[in-house]
Amino acid sequence: MMARRLFARPARIAAIAPYLWMALFFLLPFAFVVKISLSQTAIAQPPYVPVIAIAEGGWAGFKAALAQLSLDNFRLLISDNIYVLSYLRSLTVAAIATAIMLLIGYPIAYGMARLPARWQPVAMVLVIVPFWTSFLIRIYAWINILQHDGLLNKTLMALRIVREPVTWLSTDTAMYIGIVYSYLPFMILPLYASLAKLDIGLLEAAADLGCSRLKAFWLVTVPISLPGVGAGVLLCFIPIVGEFVIPDLLAGSDRLMIGQTLWLEFFTNKDWPVASATAVVLLAVLLIPLLVYQRLQQRQLGTD
Amino acid sequence: MDAESPKPEAMPVAATADAPLLRISSLTKRFAGYVAVDNLSLDIHAGEFFALLGPSGCGKTTLLRMIAGFETPDSGEILLNGDNIVNALPHQRPFNMMFQNYALFPHLTVEGNIAFGLKRLGMHASDVKDVVAQMLALVQLEGLGKRRPDQLSGGQRQRVALARSLALRPKILLLDEPMAALDKKLRESTQRELLELQRKLNMTFIIVTHDQDEAMTVADRIGVMDHGRLEQVAPPRQLYEAPRSRWVAEFVGDVNVFEGKMTGEEQGRVMVETRDAGTIIVPKPQGADDGKTLCVAIRPEKIKVSQRGPVNDLGGSAAINRLAGVVADVGYLGNATVYSVKLDAGAMLRASVSNTTRLDADSYQIGQRVVAWFVPADCMVLEQ
Repeated sequence: MMARRLFARPARIAAIAPYLWMALFFLLPFAFVVKISLSQTAIAQPPYVPVIAIAEGGWAGFKAALAQLSLDNFRLLISDNIYVLSYLRSLTVAAIATAIMLLIGYPIAYGMARLPARWQPVAMVLVIVPFWTSFLIRIYAWINILQHDGLLNKTLMALRIVREPVTWLSTDTAMYIGIVYSYLPFMILPLYASLAKLDIGLLEAAADLGCSRLKAFWLVTVPISLPGVGAGVLLCFIPIVGEFVIPDLLAGSDRLMIGQTLWLEFFTNKDWPVASATAVVLLAVLLIPLLVYQRLQQRQLGTD
Repeated sequence: MDAESPKPEAMPVAATADAPLLRISSLTKRFAGYVAVDNLSLDIHAGEFFALLGPSGCGKTTLLRMIAGFETPDSGEILLNGDNIVNALPHQRPFNMMFQNYALFPHLTVEGNIAFGLKRLGMHASDVKDVVAQMLALVQLEGLGKRRPDQLSGGQRQRVALARSLALRPKILLLDEPMAALDKKLRESTQRELLELQRKLNMTFIIVTHDQDEAMTVADRIGVMDHGRLEQVAPPRQLYEAPRSRWVAEFVGDVNVFEGKMTGEEQGRVMVETRDAGTIIVPKPQGADDGKTLCVAIRPEKIKVSQRGPVNDLGGSAAINRLAGVVADVGYLGNATVYSVKLDAGAMLRASVSNTTRLDADSYQIGQRVVAWFVPADCMVLEQ
């Protein structure tokens, strides 16, 4: 009966597919990570205990393994301020970089949306074009540009803006350049999508009702583009919090982002349980802005 | 083209005030490749309901948008109480526009939309609230103030747009095809409400429309536009019964037009020998000379159709025009029946007969011989 209904309605399968995908490639692995985060590190293969092996220990073994799990790793994350500082640095870097991108991305998206219709797809391709080159290669290119005798210093010196080469590499500036450069399209595209939908008639209506251009921008364009702002901010903020490559290659090594700390725990210290706990907390931290965003959207749909 | 109507006795009281509220003088607007508004002059008087009527692309919307300030004219002046406002920005003009697609702010509630302009005036919050409540009552939308535009029906949205544009008490309310998106029944009731509202508030309205019924229903005066020029400005009745040109006669309502030459004159009437409808007797036009080419225009509802024509001694029957022919087509419209009569002289003539009784015995079949007749006074003589 059930099977017949499923076959009669292929739409049902299609509806289940994303959940299946999420279960298989997100929930299940995440369950492993959560389990490891509750384990203790050990010199073994795999490098933690207990190992749950239902095939060997059966139900009793499973129960014994569960009893060994503890929250010790999470206590460590709170007690040792290396981790707290890393989280804070990640959030700060992500917030600053996202704010910079919003400031740069909004005018670009606005300009794109105001282009004649036939030029808009061209502008869109120009925004996307960098993706055709590997992200890693583009970051290495930035190392080249920012190094002591790189393109940036040569240009600045040729223009007589500086006399001595400036140290760019291994600074936060370099890291912000790399992050903003890499993530900017993720900010521009949702902003563009919401600004392109804006009816020019609404701006005329605002002008008709007594708004100067600037006022009309603040009172009509900005509020209507807020969903785009929200999407762009989330699309940038969340991955930047967990960013590892850019700070590792461009920033100094004195202050680490949480992604770097996690990498250290996992690969250098071989402490899988602590690395897993770090990842679990990171996910929890990232869920907060998501939930806030959803709340805001719901409120916008409501009566305001 | 002179914008003033030639017969002032038909003008409404409101339009006879001395100085016009708005004077448009030699206004021209060119867009790439064509002239949208061509050296146009027009006076609008306080308290008037004025309609700009014309086919799409005639420049009526461009004219309205220049009045609102969304388009800058290439030359000419727009005078409000004598002051040239041609360089004023839209938000500096004491006009408000009701947009064709309503242009309601989707991120604001109905109240927020109506309050938008009031807040820009720096009005106190409690006063804003009062005016918004008044406006909601005016357009009968009480209780819907907290809704968003996407939670309203088309008719409700239209009312919100109206309330929003009226809230600021503009010197002139500009309406750009305000009922284009409504269905016929709703459009008719809305037209009546709009007219009542205009009378009640004693405001000046300028409406742009391509719907002549709408213009006739609401307007004190109608300006008919074509190719960026005003073809005629007149009250509805005059526009219909005394069109200035063949184009206006054909654009406003239905009309039969026959071209011909003047051949004789008697008792203030002239004979016009038409090309394909025989000789037609018409009232003598001004400055008419023998041999001049004229157009005789007659509205279908002014023509009677019968089997033998009128009884002979019916009030100076000698002057009645009788055109014999064969019924070629019958169009039943419910309230009227439109007969297409193929005249013996060659032309096709349309006559609209009111169906005044439910079971009408006097209906004619295709192929039946009939006489179409009408009195000279019902004929309009137009320049080509």
